[in-house]
Amino acid sequence: MSAARTLEVENLVVEYAARGFRKKPFRALHGVSIDIRPGETLGLVGESGSGKTTLGRAVLGLAPVTEGSVRLDGVEIAALTHKQRRPLARHLQVVFQDPYTSLNPVMTVGDILAEPLRAQGMTRSDAKDRIRLLLDQVGLPGGSIDRLPREFSGGQRQRVAIARSLAIDPRLIVCDEPVSALDLSTQARVLALFREIQERIGVAYLFISHDLAVVRAISHRVAVMYRGEIVEQGDAATITSTPSVAYTQRLLLSAPVPHPIDQAQRREERRRLATLTAETSTEETPA
Amino acid sequence: MSDLLIGGEPEIDPSAPRLGVLRRYLRNPLAVTATVVLAVIVLACILAGVIAPGSPTFSRLDMVNAPPGGEYILGGDGAGRDVLSRLIYAGRLTLLGALITVVVASVIGVTSGLIAGYYAGVFDNIAGWAANLLIVLPGTIVLVSLFAVIGPNILLSMAVLGVMFAPSFFRVVRNQVIAVKNELYVDAARVSGLSNMRIIARHILYIVRAPIIILSASIAGAAIVVQAGLEFLGLGDPATPTWGGMLQDAYANLYTGQHLLLPPGLAIGITVGSCILIANGVRDALEGDESTRVRRPRRPKVRSQQSRPRPRTNGVPATAADNGALLSVSDLVVGYDTDTGDTKNVVHGIDLTVERGQIMGLVGESGSGKTQIALSVLGLLPAGGAVREGAVFLHGVDLAGLSPRQMRQVLGRTIGYIPQEPMSNLDPSFKIGHQLTKPMRSALRISSAEARRRAEALLERVGIPEPRRVMGSYPHQISGGMAQRVLIAGAVSCDPALLIADEPTTALDVTVQAEILDLIRDLQRERQLGVLLVTHNFGVVADICDRVAVMKSGRIVEERSVHEIFDDPRDPYTISLLASTVEGAPLRAPLTS
Repeated sequence: MSAARTLEVENLVVEYAARGFRKKPFRALHGVSIDIRPGETLGLVGESGSGKTTLGRAVLGLAPVTEGSVRLDGVEIAALTHKQRRPLARHLQVVFQDPYTSLNPVMTVGDILAEPLRAQGMTRSDAKDRIRLLLDQVGLPGGSIDRLPREFSGGQRQRVAIARSLAIDPRLIVCDEPVSALDLSTQARVLALFREIQERIGVAYLFISHDLAVVRAISHRVAVMYRGEIVEQGDAATITSTPSVAYTQRLLLSAPVPHPIDQAQRREERRRLATLTAETSTEETPA
Repeated sequence: MSDLLIGGEPEIDPSAPRLGVLRRYLRNPLAVTATVVLAVIVLACILAGVIAPGSPTFSRLDMVNAPPGGEYILGGDGAGRDVLSRLIYAGRLTLLGALITVVVASVIGVTSGLIAGYYAGVFDNIAGWAANLLIVLPGTIVLVSLFAVIGPNILLSMAVLGVMFAPSFFRVVRNQVIAVKNELYVDAARVSGLSNMRIIARHILYIVRAPIIILSASIAGAAIVVQAGLEFLGLGDPATPTWGGMLQDAYANLYTGQHLLLPPGLAIGITVGSCILIANGVRDALEGDESTRVRRPRRPKVRSQQSRPRPRTNGVPATAADNGALLSVSDLVVGYDTDTGDTKNVVHGIDLTVERGQIMGLVGESGSGKTQIALSVLGLLPAGGAVREGAVFLHGVDLAGLSPRQMRQVLGRTIGYIPQEPMSNLDPSFKIGHQLTKPMRSALRISSAEARRRAEALLERVGIPEPRRVMGSYPHQISGGMAQRVLIAGAVSCDPALLIADEPTTALDVTVQAEILDLIRDLQRERQLGVLLVTHNFGVVADICDRVAVMKSGRIVEERSVHEIFDDPRDPYTISLLASTVEGAPLRAPLTS
């Protein structure tokens, strides 16, 4: 374990203050530890309320870190102020789930992409050249610069968001459900783009998704979250085919396979597991 | 963390010209007229020295209360001064006063609102208190008492009035900022390393500009009225002419110079009216902008009356399609009215049948029209949408031929509906028990006690552990998976023959999805239901459907049994869709470093 780590998260605890006087705060993450190597994708899978998005936001500095440490390339970043974090933008980027609200509807694509570049002190003309390159990288026509986000489809908007995250040589991109809002065929193309970019520039991804199949297709390693804890992590092949933890097994068997006979078989296995473990349903906890 | 599904998104034509806010504003005749009128008034006041026929203060004893039309066009006032000249000069102070009020109110209110909304915390609390305090102070009375301290200085009074109006700006801006600051694009800007000042200036100020403009225009109007009121009470500077002062003069000479009342009254009325019309115009222009920007379709809560009467194309008798099918859709064309008055069809003549005891899957990508078919069967097409051609037969009866009352009967008793978003389809202000029993009581005409008994049994059937407790709960007290179970219980409560399920599991977690699909399958077998299941997920199709229709751009490209579709897809589109599923994608090798 001596190899360099792009991201190291250790015993991370995130608590949100509860409404009301002297109420106990809500603990969204209970001591989570993950690490990502350069050029690696760690898939983070879990159901709603499992804390996977909170973990991503804590890495980005958008959620309050109560305890534990977050290190980017060995530098502790968990306790930084907004101002101290600003230089980090070079190395740490994000692609959000919803391409409709993650792009400012009144700014042109060119302005959206120029923003991170200008924030890092790039001149206007340099920024313009870089934007052309970025659009080309994500497969959008150069004429997109003067267009507004609403003129693009969901998949194209997500390409704009990816271009924004690539703007300045990132080391790590947190991808929070980046393909969940997309159509099937668009989803496949955007996933291929993520992989292609990674292979070319060696960026690492923290890839958050509720969909085990998506995570399986993009990740080198997978971590499974349940109720604010990581219940299992390991190779993508192991976790997504022969998981050892009961929850992961249930998650895997619940995802329907797109073939009627295989699916009938999977359904049978799931029922067998359900009667076997007879564990309490997760459903009672309000989402 | 629910899936966001962009269903039925209208195609956006990138070559279509963008209609700017300004151009939309200029298309509003009322707003343009108001702008021109206000501009003329403002210009006249600024150029008073050039335009006015005489001096506003020069007094001629022979013109005291002189009627209009003579040497003084609008007559002379109580002191023998030219009313027209006074009117033009008076506008200067009046408009300047209004401007001061607006500037003071907006500078204080917008700045504090931005800071309070963005940073929250202590400043927000203190500012909120101050705003509340200012709001409860009776403005005019404060200004009247202020007169005792500062004397007849109307501009200072207007500045104080601006402070009193500042809370209006504060509240609007603060609330807007709070709504916007959690938008993902603001988070993205933060991650991009933008400073707080730049985020506020670039992303947030832009959003609040519209309400600021609208509020400014209406506050300008209000300021003119308050100012006139103060001067009418005699709290202005008698040496400078103002519209309010002229009103006071008119009042003093009510019996000898009736003509004096109209000019200042009209001036105040027209100016204030223009301000309000401009505010409305700006609002309308910006709202038009919103409606083209937000393209996500809204699910209708009530049935669109426009969806009927439906034009029947070829006069097929109601029994023509009675081939024993439970649901039979023939040659269905669904169209929407566009802004330009044309019709845009989203479903182009499809045929579909659902037999009793059969689960028919309708699968396709967003915008393929699959939801439109479901909504047509339910008669729930959103406003502007209608069945243009073809017909929907239920048990051989043409649904277009039914009266709204009969249609309600059909919806309650023969068709059950499971929507996509369980939470937004339960009314948050009623208990679940009430929402379950009410339809049963009206559709089946059973007693309240009997309905409750049946509802409890149904909830137990759909796998809810404590039916009694859930019946007494409000929707926000239960989880999304529970809510979907409640809606399924509701859908089958009146013993329908046909179930329409529109993406029933898309908003749910996979483990919950598996349970809900099991439930739908069990209920369907138990009751021999026909089910029309709309979905984008081939896994769900493989899990539950007997037959599948694949839709693309409003047409069915292939409709066969589920085994045939997966094992031997024929249409190239079906093949490409199945190839896009990520389930079979190759694994990535672990990094070796």
